[in-house]
Amino acid sequence: MSAVIEEHHDDHHDHKPTGIGRWLFSTNHKDIGTMYLWFSFTMLFIGGALALVIRAELFQPGLQFVEPEFFNQMTTLHGLIMVFGVIMPAFVGLANWMVPMMIGAPDMALPRMNNWSFWLLPGAFGLLIASLIMSIMGMGSAPNFGWTFYAPLSTTYGPDSTDYFIFSVHMMGISSIMGAINIIATIINMRAPGMTYMKMPIFVWTWFITAYLLIAVMPVLAGVVTMMLTDRNFGTSFFNAAGGGDPVLFQHVFWFFGHPEVYIMILPAFGIISQIVPTFARKRIFGYSSMVYATSSIAFLSFIVWAHHMFTTGMPVATELFFMYATMLIAVPTGVKVFNWVSTMWKGSMTFETPMLFAIGFIFMFSIGGFTGLMLAIVAADFQYHDTYFVVAHFHYVLVTGALYAIFAAIYFWLPKWTGNMYNEKMGKIHFWISTISVNLLFFPMHFVGLAGMPRRIPDYNIQFAEFNQWASVGAFIFGFSQLILLYNVVSTIRGRKHVKATDQVWEGAEGLEWTLPSPAPFHSFTTPPTVK
Amino acid sequence: MATEPNNTPATNTKVIAKLLVTVAAMFGFGFALVPLYDVFCDFTGLNGKTGEQVNSFNSYEADTSREIKVEFLTSLNEYMPWEFKATQDSVIVHPGQPIKIDFLVRNKTDKDMIGQAIPSVAPGLAAKYFQKTECFCFTEQKLKAGEEKVMPVVFIVDPSISEDINEITLSYTFFIKPGTEGAKRRVKTSSISKTLANHTN
Repeated sequence: MSAVIEEHHDDHHDHKPTGIGRWLFSTNHKDIGTMYLWFSFTMLFIGGALALVIRAELFQPGLQFVEPEFFNQMTTLHGLIMVFGVIMPAFVGLANWMVPMMIGAPDMALPRMNNWSFWLLPGAFGLLIASLIMSIMGMGSAPNFGWTFYAPLSTTYGPDSTDYFIFSVHMMGISSIMGAINIIATIINMRAPGMTYMKMPIFVWTWFITAYLLIAVMPVLAGVVTMMLTDRNFGTSFFNAAGGGDPVLFQHVFWFFGHPEVYIMILPAFGIISQIVPTFARKRIFGYSSMVYATSSIAFLSFIVWAHHMFTTGMPVATELFFMYATMLIAVPTGVKVFNWVSTMWKGSMTFETPMLFAIGFIFMFSIGGFTGLMLAIVAADFQYHDTYFVVAHFHYVLVTGALYAIFAAIYFWLPKWTGNMYNEKMGKIHFWISTISVNLLFFPMHFVGLAGMPRRIPDYNIQFAEFNQWASVGAFIFGFSQLILLYNVVSTIRGRKHVKATDQVWEGAEGLEWTLPSPAPFHSFTTPPTVK
Repeated sequence: MATEPNNTPATNTKVIAKLLVTVAAMFGFGFALVPLYDVFCDFTGLNGKTGEQVNSFNSYEADTSREIKVEFLTSLNEYMPWEFKATQDSVIVHPGQPIKIDFLVRNKTDKDMIGQAIPSVAPGLAAKYFQKTECFCFTEQKLKAGEEKVMPVVFIVDPSISEDINEITLSYTFFIKPGTEGAKRRVKTSSISKTLANHTN
């Protein structure tokens, strides 16, 4: 059963700039959003290729394809590209596209800054990827200290390209901060008449809170890489014990940024799921205000749990207990959210189009990642799990089947609104099922090898782990290549030949201002503000 | 209820100004964590940092009913070419009783060098109770080429230390003073890969 209402309407003629200048000098929230999304998609394939090098090497014990040193560069760049180059830009791209349309605004509040914050990213990642290309060409190592760049690995022992990395992180940080300022200014100043805070769609709410998290922690990241920079080049000793510094301090400052960062990567996903589930359950979201409060509580708690990443650094028991309980407390607001999604589906007239499939996949598999997170929060158990593949399994369940699945869901959900054409539903469902089966083949066995003690970030392993690793590698290649289905589907939908035209509402159960605009959405959204009752 | 769209330059500037101040403040906060962390560690003795617990007078009565084993660990930072050891591996002390232990250090190179020893105490919670009256770690050590030196440490374990602690490890790491003769700030990557190659072969 399809929720699509077939109805034809006239094409809209907008005056938009043409040629490369349209993109280079764009101040249009939709064009910039599109660029963010394509940038993220490109990075997904680059970061995915690095992941496949890792999985190819781990298909068998022993060293097959790459040297250990190159393997370290793969794990480092895979992590950095996926976190800063895929998940974060994709969410900013979605915010650019959807926030003005959802709150009834003509564009973002600060369009020129919007342009700048996007165009910093290709520079930042060009620099990072340049270090990898130089490494392949034999001109010295790319960053090889893991995406967490712990001192002294990144200071005393960091390769020369670490300075590229530092500059790259500075640029990404400036880009994120400007993006966040823009989103906050848009939400505060540009809501349509009648759109009170508690009437905003949940996606807007989650991005509002995420933007504040970005404002609070990206400067701390900038601070920590600046300390690295001066430690490396100007003789300071922030993290060097020889000069009175402390490498453990690095971990505290890094994770003070790092833990809110993981919520930056998941709160917008919560928002997307909260838009999709009510649409396909044809019910209003259950517990709107509790969703808002739960998101705020998660954001607050994210600032007081960072040391759970460092239980094994030798903290006193009292501190460990505090961070353990605070961490476990996050399960409460997160549980509220999962409960609300399930309650929204309860007795709804549900249909299972691709966005809904990915949303349900998200709820189910993100919860698995949440549960393993609870296991990791237990101090006594964490000493066993720390730095094993169990941790790898945990954060890939929350980031791949969590954040990335939400992004996939969002693309299928809003693509008809963006392009005016329906995507190929059958191909979307095939994409979902192949991805879901392969992603579990990829990450589920990692729980077992992790519990059995296989350490992460090591290119070789004990022969007892061989079989599970082979499963994971097979799953990785299927999952990686199945993303080409999405690419094909998106490109053919944009071209629109033989595709069903989307109606303005697109989905039968869709509610909200963005669905009152024509499909494809006109170049300028609401030139006269709509009135919200 | 702010319901009118008020996207004027003035309202935007207000929001941007507030947010930029927050950004600057958080950048500063990142750096403020450095002294805060040190103060926190000194105050609580966490992280095994002994801080400046210099006790220049004997104010304790030895608690002969308790015995604590103090072990000594010496190590050299990666490129420190000196020789460094304690004259004994461990000592049994009564809390409150001052003890003197000698450490030996020798500059094996043909250059004059400056080193600095950094102490650390495990378990971390014992650090606060481990008080040094005299220690070679209080100052930089200048050693001429080939010079050998006996360096004393005098310490007292505060008798109010928890009953649960029966063993304390005092560890010293000798560093080359950064920026002086022999100090290398960065390790060449090629030397790491050589080490790796030696391990894998």
